[in-house]
Amino acid sequence: MYPEEFQYTKDHEWIRVDGDTGTIGITDHAQKELGDIVYVELPKSGDAVTAAETFGTVESVKAVSEIYSPVSGEVTAVNNQLQEHPELLNSDPHAAAWLIRVHLSDPQEVQKLMSSEQYEKYIREGESQ
Amino acid sequence: MRYLPNSPRDRAEMLRTLGHRSIEELFSQIPEQIRLQGRLDLPGPLSEQEVLEFFKQAASQSTREYASLLGAGAYSHFRPAAVDALLSRGEFFTAYTPYQAELAQGTLQAMFEFQTLITQLTGMEVSNASLYDGSTATTEAVLMALRLTRRNRVVAARTLHPEHREVVATYLRHLGTEIAEVPYAASGQVDLAALEKALNQQTAAVVIQSPNFLGAIERFSEVAEMVHRSGALLVMAVNEPLSLAIVNPPADADIVCGEAQSFGVPVGFGGPYVGFLATREKFVRQMPGRLVGQTTDSQGRRGFVLTLATREQHIRREKATSNICTNQSLCALAATIYLCLLGKQGLRALAEHNLAKSHYAATQLAKVPGASIPFASPFFNEFVVRAPGNAEALLDDLRREKILGGINLERFYPELENHLLVCVTETVRKAALDRMVRVYQKFSSQKHARAAAPSGVSHPVAQEKA
Amino acid sequence: MKEHPRHARPHITRDENLIFERSSPGKCGVDLPSPEVPAESAADALGGDLFRRDIPGFPEVSELEVIRHFTRLSTWNYGVDTGLYPLGSCTMKYNPRINEVVARLDGLATDHPYAPEELTQGCLKILYDTARCLAEITGMDAVSLQPSAGAQGELAGILMIQACLADRGDPRKYILIPDSAHGTNPASVTTSGYQVKNLKSDAHGCIDLAELDRAMTEEVAGLMLTNPNTLGIFEVSIREICELVHRKGGLVYMDGANMNALVGVARPAEFGVDVMHLNLHKTFTTPHGGGGPGSGPVAVKKVLEPYLPSPTIFQSPDGSYSLDYGHPKSIGRVRAFYGNFGMVVRALAFIAANGAEGLLQSTQDAVLNANYVMRRLQDLFDLPYNEPCMHECVLSDRRQAARGVHTIDIAKRLIDYGFHPYTTAFPLIVPGAMMIEPTESASKQELDEFIEAMRAVAEEVERDPDFVLNAPHSTRVSRLDEAGAARKPVLRWKP
Repeated sequence: MYPEEFQYTKDHEWIRVDGDTGTIGITDHAQKELGDIVYVELPKSGDAVTAAETFGTVESVKAVSEIYSPVSGEVTAVNNQLQEHPELLNSDPHAAAWLIRVHLSDPQEVQKLMSSEQYEKYIREGESQ
Repeated sequence: MRYLPNSPRDRAEMLRTLGHRSIEELFSQIPEQIRLQGRLDLPGPLSEQEVLEFFKQAASQSTREYASLLGAGAYSHFRPAAVDALLSRGEFFTAYTPYQAELAQGTLQAMFEFQTLITQLTGMEVSNASLYDGSTATTEAVLMALRLTRRNRVVAARTLHPEHREVVATYLRHLGTEIAEVPYAASGQVDLAALEKALNQQTAAVVIQSPNFLGAIERFSEVAEMVHRSGALLVMAVNEPLSLAIVNPPADADIVCGEAQSFGVPVGFGGPYVGFLATREKFVRQMPGRLVGQTTDSQGRRGFVLTLATREQHIRREKATSNICTNQSLCALAATIYLCLLGKQGLRALAEHNLAKSHYAATQLAKVPGASIPFASPFFNEFVVRAPGNAEALLDDLRREKILGGINLERFYPELENHLLVCVTETVRKAALDRMVRVYQKFSSQKHARAAAPSGVSHPVAQEKA
Repeated sequence: MKEHPRHARPHITRDENLIFERSSPGKCGVDLPSPEVPAESAADALGGDLFRRDIPGFPEVSELEVIRHFTRLSTWNYGVDTGLYPLGSCTMKYNPRINEVVARLDGLATDHPYAPEELTQGCLKILYDTARCLAEITGMDAVSLQPSAGAQGELAGILMIQACLADRGDPRKYILIPDSAHGTNPASVTTSGYQVKNLKSDAHGCIDLAELDRAMTEEVAGLMLTNPNTLGIFEVSIREICELVHRKGGLVYMDGANMNALVGVARPAEFGVDVMHLNLHKTFTTPHGGGGPGSGPVAVKKVLEPYLPSPTIFQSPDGSYSLDYGHPKSIGRVRAFYGNFGMVVRALAFIAANGAEGLLQSTQDAVLNANYVMRRLQDLFDLPYNEPCMHECVLSDRRQAARGVHTIDIAKRLIDYGFHPYTTAFPLIVPGAMMIEPTESASKQELDEFIEAMRAVAEEVERDPDFVLNAPHSTRVSRLDEAGAARKPVLRWKP
C-alpha cells in the first residue's frame, strides 16, 4: 500500500530520496482525511524549506491543512499540474500528485523519518500521542 | 407572552418527562451567589399597541418634515415599494446564513446576482456577497492590500470619508502601519504632485474615494500608473455608487470597494448599511467575506453554494482573511432588488436626474452674492458651497424653512470654515431648492445690510466661480 | 418498501433563471418623476474620459418580473417563519412582526446620522434606552451599540482590553481561548494583534482550572470565553475562572452568543466578566436576514468604559440626548456613524414587549425545550458530555458513524422531514457534533415532531443507510458539488 522506497512523516508527508534530491508529497491517508481537495498552495522554485516547518497548504472544501517538510533544502521543482487539477491529490497522491522537489541540504535528516512499515503501523494505531 | 408557543400544560408535561418539579431546577447548576435576585429594571411588558405608540412617539421627534440636503456617506434616495414588499417575505428575512444550500437557494441565487451586479457596476472581475458597510469595506480592502503586497504602509487621500479613515486607523493601529494622508488640490481632487511624493517602496495601498468627500470626481487615469509603478495597489472607494451609472470606474483599480446603501437601503440613522468589495480574479483567495459560487447538484441541475470558505473564520480561525462572520445579506438583497428594478435605463436616468438637480442648485447658489462654489472639479450629486457668512447661522435660517441645508465642513476640515457640503438627490423637489436659494439670498442681503465683520478667513483653495 | 419522505413546503420544480437571463432591452421597473430643472449633459459635466456610456450586462426587466423572480426565489428558502430551526449557537427564534413595522416608521427609518441632534431626539432616545436595557440585562456599567455584528463586538472588546493594559504600562501578548470556541474568537484576536493560546477543555467540556492556572501568566492579557459554553453547558466554576485571571492582572471577555440561556437568570458582570458582546440577531430576535445584518453591542465594566468606541449617547439633566465625542482614550471607531440603528430599534421593541417577566419566561422555555430534546434523543444518539444542558445540547454521530453515516447526512435527511438541520460539526472538540438549539420559539408539539423525525432517521440509519446518505430526496436540488465550486470558482454571471 505505502511504497517501500518512500519515507514518511508523522504529519503524513512522504519523500522519495534519489541521491541528494527528494521528491515530496502527501500520503493516501492524508488525502482521505481531507476529502475532495480543491486547492494547493506551494512555494516557488528557489525557495528554502526547513525540516518540520510548513511550506504550503492543502485545502478541501471544509478544511485547510498545513504541509510540513520532511527535510531542509532548496526547492528545485514544483508540480504545476496541481493548480489546474488539485483533484490529482485524491486520485494519485503517491505519483502524479507529487508536490515539490528539493535539493537536500542535510541528507542525514532522512534517518529520522519512518519506513513504510513503521508508517503503516503508525496509522493503524491511530496516531495517538 | 404572545411570542411563546408553549402553554403551562406543555411546560408541565415536559418537566414531568425530565423528572423536574419546576423550571427553576433546570438552572440549579448555576451557583446561588450569581443567580439574579429580583427583577430586571426594564420597560414593559407592553402590548403591541403600546409598542407601536412608543415608537411613533419617538418617530415624531425626527426630521421627517424636513427637506434634506445631507449626504456625506449616507444618501436619501427613493425606495420603490417592491423592495420592502419582497424583503418582508419571511423566507428571506427570517432565514439564516445559507450554509445548508438545499434550503437556501433563494438567498444564494440572490447573492450571486448581487455579486454580478457589483462586478458590472465596478468593472471588476469578482465581488463578495457584501461586508458590513463602506467604512469596514474600505478597511478590509486595505488589509487585503497589506496581505497581498506584504508591505506595511498606506497612503490615503484626505478626501476619503473622515469616519472611514478613523475606522481604518482603528484596525491598523496594532500593526504600526503608517497611514500617510495626501491633501486635496485647488480643484477639490487629490493633489497629484503630493501623491507622487507620498509613494515609496513600502506603500501597500493607495486609497482614493470618488466622488470624494467634497463631492469631487477623481481622475484615476493619471493616478493608476503612478501607484502601480511604486508597487502599491490602487483601492478606489465609492460611497455614492449611483455615480457609477454615468461615471466610468477606473479600469486600472485593483480593488473597488465602498458603500451600497444608496441602492434600496434606508438612511436609517446610520445603519444597517451594506459594504461591497470587488477585485480582480487573481486576488480572489485573499478576499474577505462570503462568496457565493455556481455549481451543479447530483442530477446536474444548476445551483449555488457558499464557496472558498477556507478563507473564513469558521475554518481558518486565527489565520482567516478576516474575523467577519455575517455579511449584510438582507441589505444586499435590497440592493439587488433595487438595481434590478431600475436596471440599465433607470439607473442612468436616476443618475442624470441627480446630476441635473445638483448642478441646478450649485448654479443658483453661485449667483448669491458672497456665496461661491470653491472647487472646479466635476461633481455628481454632492458639492461644496462657501456660505455668504457664518455657516451655522445660515443653517439655522434654512432650518426655520424646514430645510436641512448641508453639513458644516469645519467639523471635519478646519480649514473649510463656513463651507457646507450639499447633497441633492431626486428626493429634493425644485421648489425646495428654490426656497433654499431664497434663504441664501435673504441671508446674504441681511448680512450686507448689517455691514458685519468680514466673513471667513481667506484660504488657499477658495475660488470665486464666475 | 422505502419510506415516503414528508415534504417540508412547496418547491418550484422548474429552474429559475438568473435575472440577467430574463432581461431584455427596453424594459425598466421604475418610472422616475421629472427633475423639473434643466437637464444636465453628463458627457459635458464630466468630460469625455469620465463619462460612462453603458453598463454591459446590467439587467432590464419590469417591476412585475422582479416581483415574480424574487418571490419564486424566496420559496426555496427555509426561514424561522417556515418551521423549527434548531441551529445550535444561532438562536433562530421568532422575529416579531411589530418590530418590522416600527423599524420602518418615517423618521426612524429616514433620519440622517448627521442631522442636528435637537431634531433627532427620537433616534437618540432609542439608542440611549437600548444601551441602558442591555447594561441592565448584563449587569455591566456601559454599552456601545456601534459594532456591526458579534465579530466586530469581539474585536472592539479585545481592542479595549489592549488599550487598558497599554494605559497601565503593561501591554501583554496573548489571549487564551478554549478549544471549543466559535471561529470568530481566534480570528478577532488575531485581527487585534494579540496571539492566540488555545486552552484544552476538561473531560466535562469546560474550562480546566488547572490548565488555566498553568496558562495564565503575566504575558496573558485575558481569557475569551463563552458561558454557557458552546456545548450548552454552564461553566460552574466561572467565578473561580474570573478570579484566577484577575489575580494575574488579566481581563475576562465573554462571548455573549449564548445569552439566551441567561437573560433574567444570571448577569455576566456578577460572575466577574469585564467585557462582553451581545448578538442582537440571536438573543434579541433581530432577523438573520439570510446572513445579516446583525448587531454586536459591547458592554463593559467601569474599568474599560474610557476605551469604548466613540461617540456614546449622553442624557443631559434636562432630559435631552446628545452624541458624546469626548472620549480621549477611546479605541476609536469600528465603523462609521453609530451602529446598526435599525436592528437596535427591533431589539428595543422586543425587550419592551416582553418586559422582565417575558424575557425570563423566554429564557426558561429555551432551556426547557433544549433539555427535553436532549433527554428524548440520548438513547439513540451519543451524548458526549452527560451534563444538564442549558439552551442548547450537543449530541454526536458516533453510533451512526459505525454504519458509515455522519452528522451531515443525518442533517440532510432531516430536511425531508420538514426541518432545517441542526448545526453540524461544531464545536470542533466533539467529532461528528450535532448541536441542537430549539430556542423558546418551539411548541412541545413541534419538538415532538422533531424528536420523532430524528428517531425515524436513527432507525433508517440502521435499516437502510444508503437512503440516508443520499438525502435530501425532496428538495429541488440535492448535494451540490462544493468541491467543484471551490476548484473552479464561478462567482458571477457572464453573458
